[in-house]
Amino acid sequence: MRIALGVSLAAFIGLASAAIADNTVSTLPAEPPKEDVSWSFEGPFGHYDRAQLQRGFQVYKEVCSACHSLNRVAFHTLDEPGGLGFTEEQAKAIAAGYKIPEEPNSTNKGQLYDSSGTRVTRAGTIADYFPPPFPNEEAARAANNGALPPDLSIIEKARAGGAHYVFSILTGFVKPPANFKVLPGKYYNKYFEGRNISMPPPLTDGSVTFSDGSPNDIEHEAKDVAAFLQWAGEPKMEQRKQLGFGVIVFLLVLSVLLYLSYRRIWHDKH
Amino acid sequence: MSGPSTYEPQTGFTRWLDTRLPILRLMNDTMTTFPTPRNLNFWYGFGAVLTAMLGIQIVTGIVLAMHYVPNSTMAFDSVENIMRDVNYGWLLRYMHANGASFFFIAVYIHIFRNLYYGSYKAPREVLWILGVLIYVLMIVTAFMGYVLPWGQMSFWAATVITNLFTSFDQISHFFAPHMKVGIGTDIAYWIWGDFAVSNATLNRFFSLHYLLPFVIAGVVGLHIWALHVPGNNNPLGIDVKGPQDTVPFHPYYTVKDAWILSMFLIVYAVVVFYAPDVLGNPDNYTPANPLVTPPDIVPDWYLLPFYAMLRSIPQKLVGVLVLFGALITLFFIPWLDTSKVRSARFRPVFKIFFWIFFVDALLLGYLGSQSVDATFPYLGLPDVWLARFATAYYYAFFWIVMPLGFLEKPKPLPATIATAVLGKNAAAAE
Repeated sequence: MRIALGVSLAAFIGLASAAIADNTVSTLPAEPPKEDVSWSFEGPFGHYDRAQLQRGFQVYKEVCSACHSLNRVAFHTLDEPGGLGFTEEQAKAIAAGYKIPEEPNSTNKGQLYDSSGTRVTRAGTIADYFPPPFPNEEAARAANNGALPPDLSIIEKARAGGAHYVFSILTGFVKPPANFKVLPGKYYNKYFEGRNISMPPPLTDGSVTFSDGSPNDIEHEAKDVAAFLQWAGEPKMEQRKQLGFGVIVFLLVLSVLLYLSYRRIWHDKH
Repeated sequence: MSGPSTYEPQTGFTRWLDTRLPILRLMNDTMTTFPTPRNLNFWYGFGAVLTAMLGIQIVTGIVLAMHYVPNSTMAFDSVENIMRDVNYGWLLRYMHANGASFFFIAVYIHIFRNLYYGSYKAPREVLWILGVLIYVLMIVTAFMGYVLPWGQMSFWAATVITNLFTSFDQISHFFAPHMKVGIGTDIAYWIWGDFAVSNATLNRFFSLHYLLPFVIAGVVGLHIWALHVPGNNNPLGIDVKGPQDTVPFHPYYTVKDAWILSMFLIVYAVVVFYAPDVLGNPDNYTPANPLVTPPDIVPDWYLLPFYAMLRSIPQKLVGVLVLFGALITLFFIPWLDTSKVRSARFRPVFKIFFWIFFVDALLLGYLGSQSVDATFPYLGLPDVWLARFATAYYYAFFWIVMPLGFLEKPKPLPATIATAVLGKNAAAAE
């Protein structure tokens, strides 16, 4: 009896779901990231475009940083060679624009909270790191519909496709296909695995105004911030490629000399 | 081959030292006058490459250990700190991480060369076994090193690999069904130092990752010692018959090995400086999170063939035994191969099976890199079935093809190395 009931129940559910399933889908594999974008940092002699990094930094600062931290990047790296090309004064000014929570050992006589219980802050210095937008994971999730915006410091090394992936995601918010059902609280992005992304479209044409008058349509903004995040993940890339060139030239010359020595030493032994 | 020593101390000090610690005599006999077959080809240079890679790994590793923090809350951050704030830390880490890969590239060339030229056969069985032991130690060391950055792949690879031992529960359950915790789970707890992969696991893996390279260096010493008793095998696979067949190691092979090493380092440098993450997995740049399982857990490329074998078998214990068996098999090769001839140059049938085996190993590596439910392109065959056939061939090569070696009629062997290299007249003139 029980078995019969179970079988008929299963059959009913099967029929019912077949009737409900009006061939809509709510998950699809992601499209591979757009590859037809060229970057100044590609190739053995690739280097960062300082102006582009500065624009990308502006996009991060004015848009992304509302939700995404950049925990591993220190202000003092903003004026380091091979990076954004800011002067030390500019880096200091940028740092001073951020509020850093007071620590026991810094200036404020160890006082961490004011009389109303609010965390005391101080102006940032170039020794500080970019402060996170949320005090902890719970706060971040509470403000973002339960989703956790990932830290962006090494996001491009942590995603297959790197800068291409980030650029694609930022420009991949398109109208879903007719049979695709976007889950509640999610957005359709064809480059995101499953295509339901928790992040609302962050960039629009003109969301940032660049002081150098560069184009600020969504494609340019996405490209600039993707370049900036490449630097954030690989701040030593220029140094690496320069040193590598010297090392390889040295090894090539050494190999030729060793080959000639080898021929000379072996000339009567073959 | 080692023969009587030809070393004659030239100065008062070296004569004094020679009667107390004949270390200069040892170095002279093993690295200078050591008689080496004159016909060793390019593929014989990888022993020197391997020694150099071991040195690079130890030196970069020691400096990395000065900055790395083996603690589950700080390990990932300390690695990023090395990449960003330690002077040339990025260089050290990229050299070390890619150094492991190039160490394995060199060891695979070295192993396949030995299989091709039959270098494992008498009188070099112990030399071969020590080599396999080094290879196994390399695998264990590399696996533990992969865990240390404590990214997502580190954590989950550690979880998957250490969980292999829990399959032994099936054995203890068979003999002692009343035991609550099986022997395999007990082993896993013992390895973890906890009830899951945790800080205790990371800490001991760091300790062992620092220790094992020095164990490898010790076994390499034995390996070289065992090489210098029978001397090198050679591409012809025939014994050295006299001085006309050999040249002194220095300068003939020091210069040749240095040249091969230099070219190998060019390829290594290209990857270190221009594609440092190409052999890694992007997921390992996300800090370890025990609550989020990555969709595909994969080991580094050099372990993929064994991973493919493991995954191709649905029964867990059998899969684990097949995986371990694939490595253990290597220890028995000297006695599995029944052919009297060493080199595949004179074994036309074995040569075919050897190249199939080479492709088979590459295929297993490819299959290990794909997701479990993938289908092989062109054939329309599920990867898992292809992996089963490839695993079967891996075993068949060692346990069927090699023992049947005596059936093969080899080509005629040259009389001596010198006649083969120089021609009859030149050899007589020498």
